[in-house]
Formats: sequence, C-alpha cells, structure tokens
Amino acid sequence: MKRIAASALAVALLAAGCTNEGGGGSGGTGGDVPGVTDTSIVVGTHMPLTGPAAAGYSKIAPATKAYFDYVNANGGVHGRKIEYKVKDDAYNPANTQTVVRELVLQDKVFAILNGLGTPTHTGVLDFLKTNRVPDLFVASGSRSWNQADKYPGTFGFNPDYTVEGKILATHVKETYAGKKTCFLGQDDDFGRDSLLGVKKILGTVAAEEKYVTSSPNVGPQIGAFKAAGCEVVILATIPPFTALSIGTAAKIAYKPQFVVSNVGADPTTVAKTLGDAAPLMEGLVAANYLPLNTDESNPWIQLFQKVNKEHNAGAEFDNNVVYGMSVGYLFVQALQSAGKDLTRDKIVEVVQKNGFQGPGLVPLRFSAQDHSGYGGEQLTKIEKGKAVYFGTPYTTDDGDGPVTPYTNQPVTPPQSGVPAA
Amino acid sequence: MTGVQTNEGGVTDVQTKQNAEPVPKQGVDLPRRRGWRPHPVIVVLAGALIVVGLTYVLPPFRNYQLATVGAYLCVTAGLTVLTGLNGQLSLGHGALMATGAYTLALTQNKFENLPLSFAAAIAVTTVAGAIIGLAAARLRGPYLAGLTLAVAIVVPSVASTFDETFNSDQGLSVMLNPPPEQFPMEQWQAWLCWSAALIVVLLLALLSRGRFGRDMRAVRDDETAAKLAGVNIARTQVLAFVASAACAGVAGALFAVLAQSVSPGAFPLTLSLFLLMAIVIGGLGSLFGALWGALLLVVLPALSQSVSEQAGSQRLEGNLALIVFGVVLVVVMLAAPGGLASIPSRISRMLRRNR
Repeated sequence: MKRIAASALAVALLAAGCTNEGGGGSGGTGGDVPGVTDTSIVVGTHMPLTGPAAAGYSKIAPATKAYFDYVNANGGVHGRKIEYKVKDDAYNPANTQTVVRELVLQDKVFAILNGLGTPTHTGVLDFLKTNRVPDLFVASGSRSWNQADKYPGTFGFNPDYTVEGKILATHVKETYAGKKTCFLGQDDDFGRDSLLGVKKILGTVAAEEKYVTSSPNVGPQIGAFKAAGCEVVILATIPPFTALSIGTAAKIAYKPQFVVSNVGADPTTVAKTLGDAAPLMEGLVAANYLPLNTDESNPWIQLFQKVNKEHNAGAEFDNNVVYGMSVGYLFVQALQSAGKDLTRDKIVEVVQKNGFQGPGLVPLRFSAQDHSGYGGEQLTKIEKGKAVYFGTPYTTDDGDGPVTPYTNQPVTPPQSGVPAA
Repeated sequence: MTGVQTNEGGVTDVQTKQNAEPVPKQGVDLPRRRGWRPHPVIVVLAGALIVVGLTYVLPPFRNYQLATVGAYLCVTAGLTVLTGLNGQLSLGHGALMATGAYTLALTQNKFENLPLSFAAAIAVTTVAGAIIGLAAARLRGPYLAGLTLAVAIVVPSVASTFDETFNSDQGLSVMLNPPPEQFPMEQWQAWLCWSAALIVVLLLALLSRGRFGRDMRAVRDDETAAKLAGVNIARTQVLAFVASAACAGVAGALFAVLAQSVSPGAFPLTLSLFLLMAIVIGGLGSLFGALWGALLLVVLPALSQSVSEQAGSQRLEGNLALIVFGVVLVVVMLAAPGGLASIPSRISRMLRRNR
C-alpha cells in the first residue's frame, strides 16, 4: 500500500509536470529569448483579483490587457502580438511567490509587468533578479523599486510616496498656512514614506496616527485628531480606508479638510464604498499624474474610452482603467524603442534611456541610476462629485530637493492610438 | 469462512472489517495480521530516493511545487498525529506555522545562519505549543477548537501591535544566501524541504509506533479506560500537542525560506482550515494520508487556477479552489470515509471478498 501511494505520488507529479508543459509559450523560432517569438511576446503580472485589495485594483490588469488587444488588432508591435498572462495572488505574498515562479519558470514570460503591491512584490525581487527577468513598472509607490545597483531590472511606475507627501504638504503649507495639520497613514512603507515626505516640507505634524488593513476601524485615530483640534488631515490610505476615515469623521461631527494620497482617492471607488454618504467627499483634495476619467475632452481619455468599449467589454470607466491602459501604453512604447531584435537586456536599456512621452502630466524619471517612475503630481479637488485638476503639476525628488512647478504641455496621443516605433 | 487459501500464510483477515480480531492461526502470525508493514526507516529512505530522482527530472517550477508539498507535509503529518491519533482538534496550526516563520525571519536577519534559524524556529514553536497544549489539555471538543481558533485569528493583531518587530501587515523579508552555484535554486529548495519533511515523518512514525503511540490512541478512544490502565492523560495530550506544534514550526520556517518573506497574510485562518480539510481528505491519523493531503494542498489550487483560466473568468481564480476543496471533501467522505489513504486497502479487501 505504501509502495502504491509513493508511486502514485510520483506519477501524479510527473503527469502534472507533463500536462502543463505544452501550454507554455515555448519560444519556437530558434531565438533564445524567453517568451519572444517572431509573432508573439508573452508577459505576465500578479494582481489582487480577489481578496482584501481587489476593490478597484482588480480592474487594472483587464484594462492593460484590453489596450494590448487594441494594439494587437492594429498589427501588434514589430509584427508581434502581445499576450498578457494575469495571475491572481489575492494580495498574499505567499501566493505571489508561487504565481510569479509559475509565470517565469513554467509560462516562460519575457518580463513581469506592473506587478501590484509593496508587500507582495518585495518578496519576488530577488527571484526575478536571479533569473534576469525584466521587472517593469511595478504598481506601487514604494521606494524599494528604485535600487538600480541591487535590482538592475526593476523599475517603478507610480510617483513614490515621499514625492507625493512633499507635494501634498506643499499645498497644505501654501493654502492652509497656520492651520493645525495631522497625518493618518497605513502601517507600512506606504504610510511611512508618505509621512517622511510630509515632514520634509512641514517639519512636523500636530498628530500622527496609523492603521492596519486587517482592522477596519479608525474610530480611535479620527477621535484623536478631533481632540487635538486638527483642521487639516492628510491621509495615506487605500480607498476603503479613505472612505472609512471620511465616514468616521462625519459620525462624530468633525469636519477637517481631507488631503488624500493618489492611490486612495479614486472618486468612483471611494464613492461606491461611502454609498449614500458620497457627498461627504465634496471638497476633498487629492493628487494625480494621469488624465482623469471624467475629463472627456482629453484626447487620452477619448482613446482609452474607445479601447475600453471595444476590448474591455465596456467596463465601468474609472481611474483604475486609465491607470491600466497608461501602463500598457508605456510598455508598448518601450517595445517599439527596443526594436525588432527584442532581448531582455535591450528592453532594460531602452527603459533606462527613457524619453517616453505619454498620458502622464509629468516626466518619468528613468535613467541608469534612477529606476523610480513618475516624478510628480498635480492636485485635484472634488467638485460636484467629480475630481478636477487645479494649479500646475509639481515635480520633486524623494530627498531634500525643492518642489517645483512643471510647465511643459502634455502631449496628445498619436492618431492610431498606438505609439510609433 | 475457511474457503480462502492461505498459501503464503499472510492472508488471514478474511473478515476483519469491523476490527473483529481474527483468531491467530498459530500465534506466530500475530505481528503479520495487518499485512506486511516495512519499517518506517525503509519507507523514508525509499521516499528520499524517489524525491531525489524527481528533482532531477522535473522542470524548475514543478520542483518548487514539490518543495511546497514537502513543507506542507511537515505540518499535515504533525496535525494528523494530533487529531487522528490523539483526538485533539486544532484550528490553530496556521498560527503555529506563523510562529515558526517569524522566528526564522528574525533570527536569520540577525545572524544569517540558516541551521541556527531553524533550531530557533523549532524551539520557539515548541514553547508556544507547550503553552497552548497546557491550556488545551483541560478542554474538550468544541472548546478546544475554539481556543485554537482564537490563536489562529490573533496573528495579524500581534503583528500590528508589535509593528516595530513584526512590521505589521507588510511583514518581514528573509535574508538568504543563494545555494551553491551548481544547484538550481528550485532543486535546492526541494531538497531542503523534503529532508525536513522526511525527518519529521520518520520521527512521527517512530513515535506513534511505540508506547507513546499506544498511549495517544488509548486517550483518544476512552480517557477513563486509559487512566485505569495507568496512562497519564494530561501529559500525553500536552506532549502530543508539543510534538505537533514543533512540526508546524518546521513547516512555517520552510515557508519563510520558500517565500523569502513572512507576513500575516500568508497565515490566514483559511490556512488552518485547509490543513484540517487536507488531513481529513487524506485519511485521518495516517501519515500517508498526510502526504496525500499535502499533495492536494498544492495540486488543487493549481488545478482550479488553470481551469478558471481556461474558462476565462479572472475573478473565479481565488475562489474556485475553495469550492473544489469542498467538493473533493464531500466526494471522498462519501466514497471512502477513511480518506484517500484508505482506498488501496479497501480495494484489496473488496477484491478478496469477491474472489
């Protein structure tokens, strides 16, 4: 019986090993670049499609995929169609380990694109480096992605949270001078980096509090702000906790000015959580670096809405969709610059060379030494339930550099909607 | 009744299905009446050979999965001994794994010495197991389940309350030196996990074979009778819990090494429930059942993922595994109440009856 069990185990594992082997996009044409053939490029990502972070964020990967489908329908990139493999990690680092290994070792992807989350993605940096897999445009604002010496293949996408903290704090300093300012942040790199940026500008805050996602209650924190007499509250929170903070404050009849991080301020997502209390968001200040989903006169939004209708089954068009498609656009730009003879080294090289102009309001910072994404943001305010931009975009760095206005006009998308080579 | 030919002298249990003791033919056959059982050392050596062979033929990702099976085997083996042989129901083994994982991460980041970190992980989990075990020995049935359930739930709160040490929900990353050049990472991981798993299984097999195993079974079946026979009930229960906890600690440490990170999200309540489900499906109280359970914990999620990918529904991925597990549990319990491990003996018994 034990023999049977043991041999059955062996057979099961072997069978499992064989069955899925054929499914991977094994490079056929003699080229030894994993995931690349004459007609296709396979890239993969890990995303929270289910679990605690799925609200809102689960719409990013389908949007990116929709943009790739649009490009494929228009002839692809250098004759190659892009195949995007999306794996659900449920925002659990242990799952991320498994799915990324599957993508790299089993599906033989060319690169990992836009893997989402600080705790999840941190765990696979070493693995991707050892296997020399390009790790492009990570969907998080942690400064960990900007370690060109240690992780030469990893690049960020979002402005890092310190840059954002500095820009939000500059607005607070100029507009609400002399008012008591307080800070609520997530108890991880997100909250800590953001607070670092805020303090670089304001010196100190009147009260600082933190929360963890596993405990959905910010009553004590908001209560402490009220007791301390805070008039401005800066939030480094994910969307459900933005909603929770606003709702909790309203419950105790406390009305500070909320200034919210980009990742936690998508009006569609937050309003959905608030439900009938959505009008409480009126006047909320946040920041962004991509066109806003409601700005229908913007040519980028027109393009993305068209792609969304044709290739994303008309999914609800929020800022997550805009984000996902912007990532797709940037990746196609990088593929175009890398040229016909695509290799892993080549794509890292062209990303470092930078010079990409896309939907972003500010430039990307990529260079040989700098692997962080967008270098700034513009402030938004919610008016009549819609976010609108005001002022000018600002850029800065994650150190002690000044916060400076950025005056270059944004570019418009090409007629075809596909970046040229 | 006597129509069966006993040419080899081994097949005498024509009708032992309800533990009806067959009359030993000549007394000499007594040890053989449950069929031929090789010594655990032989089984483990055979297992080691198979695993080493597999690591050379399997592609890297399958090796990684094989390593994960090994890591799961440590905890399922410990849990099946506790629940199946000693009758203590634990819903908190995920938390014990977390204890092992965090200890390994903290020790490893401080001293960068893997053997030392493993020793620390086992030691700390053993102590944690002793504390929970002492409380658990006073509780029965649902109350015991409730206590261990509380332990499983408390992990994220501990991590966020002492965030200076445990870094809250984000968790810690584990500093690891790469394996020697000539071995691929995944192969090395498989060897590491399976060495640990086979040692754990061997120790548990030896433990449950001997006097302590008899004590555990006696306590499970009838505490009063066991007491009358001179078995120290509380001591047996606490020791069983400690042994099982140490195994969970090893598993947790292995997962920390595999994932190169630890965070509360990796040890949710569902993990503890999945572990329990796995050993029930595999066959409660059987170490081979634990192996089947560990295999299912790796294969079923992967399988349901590829199914949902083919079905084209991204949202299904994370949830389908739960459904599949539930269905498998129901089917196995209907078809083979003793679990997967009992199927071969059921089949052979059926064949013999029909002969």
